[in-house]
Formats: sequence, C-alpha cells, structure tokens
Amino acid sequence: MSIDLSRVKPYGDTLNDGAIQFSFSLPVPSGDEAKEAAKQLTAQMGIVEPQVYHMKDLGEGYTFFIVYGKCEHTVDFSNIRVPKVESSVMNFYEINAFIREKIGRKLVVLGACTGTDAHTVGIDAIMNMKGYNFEYGLERYPEIDAYNLGSQVENETMVAKAIEMDADVLLVSQVVTQKGVHITNLTELVEIVEAEGIRERLILICGGPRINHELALELGYDAGFGPGTLAPGVASYFVEEIYKRIQQQK
Amino acid sequence: MNPKLLLDQAQIDRAREAASQIAHGVDSYIKNRSTIAVERTVLRLLGIDGVDAEYVPLPNVVVEHLLEQNVLDIGVTKWMINAVVQLKLTPQEVAERVANGSFRLTDLPWIDENQLIAEGEKWARTSLDHIQNVRQKRTALIRRLGEGKAPQLYVIVATGDIYEDAIQGKSAARQGADIVAVIRSTGQSLIDYVPYGATREGFGGTYATQENFRIMRQALDEVGEEVGRYIHLCNYCSGLCMPEIAAMGALERLDMMLNDALYGILFRDINMQRTLIDQSFSRMINSYAGIVINTGEDNYLTTADAVEAAHTVLASQFINEQLALLSGLPPRQMGLGHAFEINPNLENGFLMELAQAQMSRQIFPEAPLKYMPPTKHMTGNIFKGHIQDALFNMVSIITGQGIQLLGMMTEAMHTPHIQDRQLAVENAKYIFNNVRNLSDEITFKQDGLIEKRAQDVLAKAVEMLEEVKEIGLFQTLERGMLADVKRALTGGKGLHGVFVKNAYYFNPLEDALRERLGLKRRGDSS
Repeated sequence: MSIDLSRVKPYGDTLNDGAIQFSFSLPVPSGDEAKEAAKQLTAQMGIVEPQVYHMKDLGEGYTFFIVYGKCEHTVDFSNIRVPKVESSVMNFYEINAFIREKIGRKLVVLGACTGTDAHTVGIDAIMNMKGYNFEYGLERYPEIDAYNLGSQVENETMVAKAIEMDADVLLVSQVVTQKGVHITNLTELVEIVEAEGIRERLILICGGPRINHELALELGYDAGFGPGTLAPGVASYFVEEIYKRIQQQK
Repeated sequence: MNPKLLLDQAQIDRAREAASQIAHGVDSYIKNRSTIAVERTVLRLLGIDGVDAEYVPLPNVVVEHLLEQNVLDIGVTKWMINAVVQLKLTPQEVAERVANGSFRLTDLPWIDENQLIAEGEKWARTSLDHIQNVRQKRTALIRRLGEGKAPQLYVIVATGDIYEDAIQGKSAARQGADIVAVIRSTGQSLIDYVPYGATREGFGGTYATQENFRIMRQALDEVGEEVGRYIHLCNYCSGLCMPEIAAMGALERLDMMLNDALYGILFRDINMQRTLIDQSFSRMINSYAGIVINTGEDNYLTTADAVEAAHTVLASQFINEQLALLSGLPPRQMGLGHAFEINPNLENGFLMELAQAQMSRQIFPEAPLKYMPPTKHMTGNIFKGHIQDALFNMVSIITGQGIQLLGMMTEAMHTPHIQDRQLAVENAKYIFNNVRNLSDEITFKQDGLIEKRAQDVLAKAVEMLEEVKEIGLFQTLERGMLADVKRALTGGKGLHGVFVKNAYYFNPLEDALRERLGLKRRGDSS
C-alpha cells in the first residue's frame, strides 16, 4: 500500500491503523465511571475503540490513565510549510573562517536568561567555553567576543549592555514558561530594543525548550531555536545573516 | 556498614582539616558583621509578623527605620526591647506603632543596660522554648506515626498556588512520598523581604510565606495521619532572606530546608559576605529546630561537567560540613548534596556515578546525603528519561543515600504534572524494594574501575581543598574555582545589607542559640 501524503494518520504496525497512545489524569475518583470518562474523552478527540490499559488512583480524587486507540483524523502532509532557519550548519572551524574571510571583524554576542528566569542550562550550553556534549560554546570561538550575562538579567540591563558593547547579536534564553511569562519577557525586550532605535543593528535570537522559529518570528525576533540546539547551529545562522545584511547594504 | 571502597583515611583527614581551616577563615571574617536579614530574623523570633499599609513586612519596616537613622550597628534588639519595656507593649505592638509612623524607637531614652540585656535574654528564652516545643511535637509525631525508610522519597510541588500545592502534596504522600518540597517562585531568593500571607500566583513555584508554610504543614499532617507515616515538609531558605525563612520554618515545623550560601553566591549572584553571615545564623536556627539542611552541590554539575568536576562537589561537601559544624549543626542534620549528572552516552558512566555516591556515603557516614536526579541530560524523551531515573534509583539504593529527590520523566519540560510524580514514586519504590539488600551482597573489586575512580576524585578534592585553604574561600570564589563561576567579594546582590557590629551590638537570640547548641561564644574582638 502506498502512503497518501495528503491523508496521513498515526502508524503503529499497519499503515493507516491510526494507533495512538495517551496518558493523562482526570480530576475524578478512580473506578468504572472514571474509566468510562477517559474513554469518552478520547472518543471526543476522534479516537475509535479507545482502550484504557492502565488506571491508577492518585488519591485526592484524581486518576491517571494510559489509553490506546485509533485516530480517525488525518493531516495533509503535502501542504505543510514551516518557517525555518535557512542556514546550513557549519562547524567550529568553518564558522570562524567565515567570520574572518567574509565579515572581516570580530562579532560581539551577548547571551542571557532574562526576567526572573534563573535556568541557565540552555544559555550556558551555547555560550560557555566548554559548551555541551563535546561541542564548544561561543566563548571558545576566536572570532567571537561572547559575553554570558547569566541569569535573571533585566531586559533593560541587557539592552544597555548591548549598546555599551556595540553588540551584533543578542541571545535570549527562556526556560520558565509558566503562565506565559516567557512571551511577556521576550516581547518586552523587542519593545525596548525598538524604543532605543537599535533594532536594525541587532540580530535578535531567542531559544528554549518551548521556543521555535515560528514563535520567534511572531514575537519580532530574527530567529528562534528549540531544544537540542548547539552553538554551531546558532552561530551558523547569525554569521550568514550578518553577511547577508552587509551584502544588502552594498 | 562496612567500608566498601578502599579509601585512604589519611587523605580524608587531610581534606577535613583543610576544610575546617577554610571554615574558620570564613567565620573569623563574618563574626564582626551582621546583616539586615539577621536583624529581621531576630524580630520575627521576638514574635513580629504582619505587614504595613503598603504590604511591607513589619520586620523590614523596623529594620529600615533604624537603618535610615544610622543606628542599626548595635543590632535591632536593644531598640526594640527598650521600647517594649518602657511602653509595656509586645514587640508586635511596638512594630505596629513604628509602622503607622506614630513614634520612633530612637525617641525613647535608654533604660539601664543590665535590665535591657536581661529583658532581651528573657525574650530570647521564650522564643527558643517555643521552637523547642515545635521540635518536640515533631519527635512525638514521628514516634507515633513512623516515617519512610531511607532513601526517603522527596518530591517537589510547584504550582504557584499554595492550595493546589496542598492537594498535590497530599496526593504525592498517598502515593508514597516521604518528603514534600514546595519550590519557591522564581526570583524569590533575590527579594529582600518575605512576602506575606497565602499566595496563589507564582512563577515556576510558590512563594515561601509563613502562612503558606502553615497551610502546607496542616495538609501534610492530615495526610500523614491517614497514611500512617510522618510526611516531611521541605522549603528553601537560600537567598537574601535565608535566616528569616529558617526562623519561619522553625516556627511552623518544617523538617527540611535548602540552606546553602555557596549555592546563592554561585547561581544567584548573591553577595558572598551577606549570604555567609546569613547562613551562619540560619544554620543555628535550623540546628536547634531539628531541621535537616540540604546543600546545593548538585548544581555545580549543571554548569560544569560531572566527570571533570566531581571533585569540586566533594570539596564543597567538606566545606559545607565544617561550616555547618561551626553553627552547631550535627552530621545527622546535614543533607549534603550531590547528583547523578554524568552524560548518559558515556561508556561506564553508571560505574562512575556508583563510585561518587559510595564514596560520599563512606566519607560522610552519618549525613543523610541528598541525592539529586538527572536534569542536565534529560531531553523530553520521557521514555528514556524514566530509565535514566531508574538507574539513578539503582545507585541510590546500592549506596544507601538518605534523601532521594525523585527524578521526573518530564524534567526539562515543565513543572511536574500529578501523574509524573506518581510514576516517579512507583519507579523508586519498585527499585528500592526489589534491590533492597543488594549492597549487603556485593563488594567492589579492589583496584577496579569504581574504586580507582573514587580514589581519584578524593585525591583531587584534597588537592583542591589544600589550595583553597591557602587562599581562603573568598578568593576561591573570586577565581571561579567552584562550578566555573567567578564572583567578587563586593559584587552580587545584597551587600548593602551587611554592617559591622558596634562594640555594644546585642543579639540575644544568637547568644542563646550558641549556649543551647553548646557552641563557644564568638567574642567580638578576638
């Protein structure tokens, strides 16, 4: 059987079987009624033959379920277009060579976790000398002056630093997303940058576990990177973008 | 337990000796200093609570009031007691009058110095007697209800809403959790006052307030009765309000407190002088209240590599142990921290984790070590994450850790959902039960990979501690020798709250704590 990319369904072991798994809790006491509730809920999600394979009493009137079923919905894969960062990823040596040869000066990059966010794992992975998973961070790049401002940096402080250091790139990491605080934070930074009249001079990049390129564009950033991104991915993007902007000015 | 890894006792002794000198170096620097947080703590222990019309906590109002007049260098106590005696009011009533602007503490003439001291000491006795009662209540409850077997299962709730936290905490206890920690709202460690009242909004956690402590305590006491097991309550007193939160915890019968100046310095950029002074006092309170402290060495491995930086964790545990002893904290209340953070792709990484955990166990035999789960290498692949957490649980049961902070498969994704916690408890209980006595049956191969790794880490820790001993802890932090983070003696947040004590400085709470903890009085000039 050939795959109809205009009508794609989940796959378990047979094409178009729609096999899908769920796990969730309901605020109801464990029992036959709870099981039925879980079934009805998944049925409303377009799942046929929902099977509650596991039900666990969590106490306090809450119950956990693992449900399998068959999904009736399909997606049209052939018509999907997702905005993406369009740079090919260079390695450490290629990026430094690119800056030396095509840009001809060192780039200044500032990174920070802004607002109340204190989770620096992400920005550290990108910025710090040691980097992450055997991939050096930007501090190690001879052609980049990288400054990791750390955690809980006020947006105003970051922008002031950017002006002071004449930065080319700002990297903003947002890990805490409770109640949408990352959106508020990221938006505020863009507003301040625009108010200061330096938006055109900067490449604004955000990153974090719940960030993607599309969201970044919506918020007024030049690019967004999600989980698993390492320094070369980010650097490849901004060196090419800076080069592109230089070309456009000529 | 018989030592399982062959470790050189002479090296352990050297490490301890160096750490002791480091701790004494810190102590001799801080002994002539106090902070606004210490003074606010004294006020709280004298019974002052509540806020003014602008929601500023009364302890802050009174301390600011004295600070503005440049008279805080003798401490807050004499001013307060002077007013209490002459106006025949309670400290709370005096604070309220200061807050409504009806009078200034400095307007009153001084009563006789000896009377002032005697009254101060009387108030301190009453305060500590109350804390002792709270402690005895805990002891009685544990005797009657029992508590979880070590490694005790520690889970986190972090909804931002204390009433949701109470539900989640009770649910976790029913599923088998022994310790429930309420994560604080992001950024609380950097605010220089303790919010007031029950709170229902927070980011990444819930504010630590005295009322929130009370609500949570009550919820866990209720569920403890039902499940027939005392449920321990944990919160966080690292940060700018360290001793105040310790005091609130002592009053509201918390059982465990994160209490680590090094963590605040390195990861929250809190000024080192400020937080080390605060820590010294807060640990006395925790000690007296029978609260187990947790230290934050695990965090070093989130910035530095867990294989390369393993010795910094051990070195810091030694320093934390010695600093804690200077505050009268017994080893059984030292939840020294470490973590399972080695890159899962590393061949034999599990062996190194085993080496580290077993080594810590042997070097700190009485301490209920706090073992932290994988976080840095958790990916969002919940299925793999669950297995990483299982390996972490294996190490813990084999090496007899004290406090098991349960790993969540959704780490690195979001604060735990209710089922994440249940699955984590189930994972740990399955493994602990299934492997309970494995460690009695196995020995480590002499000169094997595990033993050599432990010896190597210990040797490096000794080397590091002896270097730190030469330059002192402050210089060590300035050079970025811990966690790859550099901090300046006069940098960071909160330095403005540090002051040098006047010769007439008086803090009867500290004096009484020192006496009851069997600590020497720290003469002002020696």
